[in-house]
Amino acid sequence: MMALDDRKTNFKYIGTRPDRPDGLDKVTGRARYGADIQAPGMLHGAIVRSPHAHARILKIDASKALALKGVKAVVTRADFPTGLTGEDWNLQENVMAGEKALYDGHAVAAVAASSALIARDAAKLVEVEYEPLPHVTDVDAAMRPDAPVIREGAADYSVPEGMHPNVVRRIEFGRGDMDAAFAEADEVLEATYRTEATHQGYIEPHACLAQLGADGKGELWCCTQGHWFVRRMCASVLGLDASQLRVTPSEIGGGFGGKTTIFIDPVALALSRKAGRPVKIVMSRSEVLRATGPTASASMDIKLGMKRDGTITAAQGTFRLQGGAFPGAPTAETMQCAFACYEIPAILEIGYDVITNRPKQAAYRAPGAPMGAFAAESAIDELCRRMGLDPLEVRLKNAVKEGSKSSYGPTYPRIGLVETLEAAKAHPHYSAPLGPNQGRGVASGYWFNWGGETSVSMAVSEDGTVQVSVGTPDIGGSRASMSLMAAEALGIPYENVRCNVVDTGALGVNEPTHGSRATYASGLATIEAAREIAGKLCQRAADKWGIDAEAVIWEDGCAKPSGPNAGDFPPMPIAEIAAEMGQTGGPISGHFEATPNGHGGSFGTHIVDIEVDPETGRTTVVRYTVVQDAGKAIHPAYVEGQFQGGAAQGIGWALNEEYIYGTDGRLQNPVFLDYRVPVASDLPMIDTVIVEVPNPGHPYGVRGVGETGITPPLPAIANAVAGATGVRLRQLPMTPPRILAAIQANG
Amino acid sequence: MSMMHVNTTVNGDEVEFLCDSRETLLDALRDRLGQMGAKEGCGTGDCGACSVTLDGRLVCSCLVLAAEAEGRQVGTVEGMAEDGGTLHPLQRKFIEHAALQCGICTPGILVAAKALLEQNPDPSETEIRYWLAGNLCRCTGYDKIVRAVLDAAAEMREDA
Repeated sequence: MMALDDRKTNFKYIGTRPDRPDGLDKVTGRARYGADIQAPGMLHGAIVRSPHAHARILKIDASKALALKGVKAVVTRADFPTGLTGEDWNLQENVMAGEKALYDGHAVAAVAASSALIARDAAKLVEVEYEPLPHVTDVDAAMRPDAPVIREGAADYSVPEGMHPNVVRRIEFGRGDMDAAFAEADEVLEATYRTEATHQGYIEPHACLAQLGADGKGELWCCTQGHWFVRRMCASVLGLDASQLRVTPSEIGGGFGGKTTIFIDPVALALSRKAGRPVKIVMSRSEVLRATGPTASASMDIKLGMKRDGTITAAQGTFRLQGGAFPGAPTAETMQCAFACYEIPAILEIGYDVITNRPKQAAYRAPGAPMGAFAAESAIDELCRRMGLDPLEVRLKNAVKEGSKSSYGPTYPRIGLVETLEAAKAHPHYSAPLGPNQGRGVASGYWFNWGGETSVSMAVSEDGTVQVSVGTPDIGGSRASMSLMAAEALGIPYENVRCNVVDTGALGVNEPTHGSRATYASGLATIEAAREIAGKLCQRAADKWGIDAEAVIWEDGCAKPSGPNAGDFPPMPIAEIAAEMGQTGGPISGHFEATPNGHGGSFGTHIVDIEVDPETGRTTVVRYTVVQDAGKAIHPAYVEGQFQGGAAQGIGWALNEEYIYGTDGRLQNPVFLDYRVPVASDLPMIDTVIVEVPNPGHPYGVRGVGETGITPPLPAIANAVAGATGVRLRQLPMTPPRILAAIQANG
Repeated sequence: MSMMHVNTTVNGDEVEFLCDSRETLLDALRDRLGQMGAKEGCGTGDCGACSVTLDGRLVCSCLVLAAEAEGRQVGTVEGMAEDGGTLHPLQRKFIEHAALQCGICTPGILVAAKALLEQNPDPSETEIRYWLAGNLCRCTGYDKIVRAVLDAAAEMREDA
């Protein structure tokens, strides 16, 4: 791993904005996404889904479906192996229900047929006999003593006796003398905050094409953020050897965390095994909303103490999250991120992971962090308004910096929160005048970022151009970033690099493009692989010159003699060495694999102006500024894009988006018309400020930038609504009816 | 099952296909004609990823039956670049402004933006935002998309 003093700061390519290598394919319609893949002899699959929130499956009769012309196979849970445990069992149970359907939309059977229309017709002919059971979809209701039990024995050791079986995990951490610290405060706020479940809302529904033979060898093409994860999960759910299943990622039409797990993939593989032909499954939008992995919803009690000078003396929180019918709500992340921006001497956080009759939650951009930030940053703002303090000054007064002990334990290395707060304070947005019915809100946010298992290979071609093979699917322009880093490390033009996302047969295990890790971890590995290549190129030049390799350096794409006794040779460019490499020792390639852990956390601060129509309660975002620490922006345009996209998703979460369950436990809004994500006319331009406090854990200083940006918008907008209306909304989304009701209740 | 025979024109080329009466124009473009540029994001006309033109009018191809294409002119993203591959200014500006991240909404947005500029060569930011309100993008927050359309429009006006 690179030492800090090796870190490069004078860049030729890094920080420029070249065209992305996949741009042409994507503007011409040629790029191949999940649903665009076909195979000879392919069948189409369709899934039979539970209409009940909670029901015992008494009988599945597929005889009518199988009698339909063109139907080739039906699978149920009986076609999957038994005996799985832990998360493997959870995954299997989620992709195909066993004894019970656990949520509206839960898969109970699947059909493969010669056309998509026949498969859909056949799915309707599968007769499932259910015994409906009482259900619960709300987190607080699911914890009450009279709540229906979703599954006995799902709780782990952390849950104390006497709690409802739906509580599957309890987490507690903290430090300091809470009573004394609250006694030091001049004001103490106690309030409850709620956020609703939202969906990642990627525009591309899940799609896959699967082929699995009786010999246990399989091929899977799918849209995913991480094909090694898909391989491992499908192998365990189906009882296959992982290496016998090759998974190839398509172009991916958005993921935001939601495509880091499996839903239809093992079902298509099981259908293919049974039918003896390739099977393609493409989800509809309503299947995506009902039966993939939305976020957790949260109910949170906060107690916060502040002195008159803005010093936070103590913070206490209880966080209850439901993540659907299986353990796994990101309660720990919610708790850890809630107060991560501040040095607080006394802190106590307690959290619960609760199961309900909803789909199994999946990651969504900084999973868990937005909920915690909504509670904590709203509470800070409430005290600032109560005491007439400037919210940025209060944040600066309490901000964590290098050496601070975080609220959740670890001590921070070099971080950039203070720099984002200073930049926000200096930004013209912060001092611009507000119009009538307008309010301004600020909030900060944090995401840990991640390293993870990473493997990258690189090879020099005969003409001196270079190919990079990475295992992290390109979800927002990362092939451009990898190409820039390879170009920088080798001193060759950006255009001379081609970065490919390769299949599971081509590299060792790579974690998905998640945790804001791709540019950090695959980037670090790309640079290291390039350095290995540079060393080999120097060796070839040294051999030719008849000097020691130590006397040769790699600079500007050429081997150059260096040092007093190296001799006087003209620089030897990469193309010249590459043209002869077959005769001088064979192919030249580089490889790097590791689980890098020097990912630096990223902090951000957002400023938002909103206007509330007092007649209707409708909120309009009139100005928005994102300030975030990127460490080093490799391709600034795509860093800005991450900031803007995160802000837009956060705005949707704050104002419009929510999972609405009826009293029947069924999702009421499983279409984009009713699950309303922000559209172009809902948003203003989103201004961005890229702060660069280099991450010591990356050769070029990169921090992940993808996730932090969704965290501050939730509280920032609630804080702005408070400024505009004088009322505090402690429940998301802040829909017009809710805001209007709050204004009217306030008189 | 009796199939319907449809004659239509896609991006200037005369084509014919057989389809089920329930198939949409989007299904036919993708599955019968191999034109994969239009995408299905929702199937209910809410996301605009399947945007095409039908006799010059912007439509969601998921809301048009394949049989309705009989005798009509269909325009898709595949027809935007000139023969020989020279990109439409919108296509160039989308790459230049980094107006796409995952790119799944891009074909629909390009087709919709082209239809806008044909009607209104000098749209304001607000006009662009309302025109594209039927095309969801979940990655970009629309900022760079709107800038790319404004810039392409300006360039097209200069060249006109």
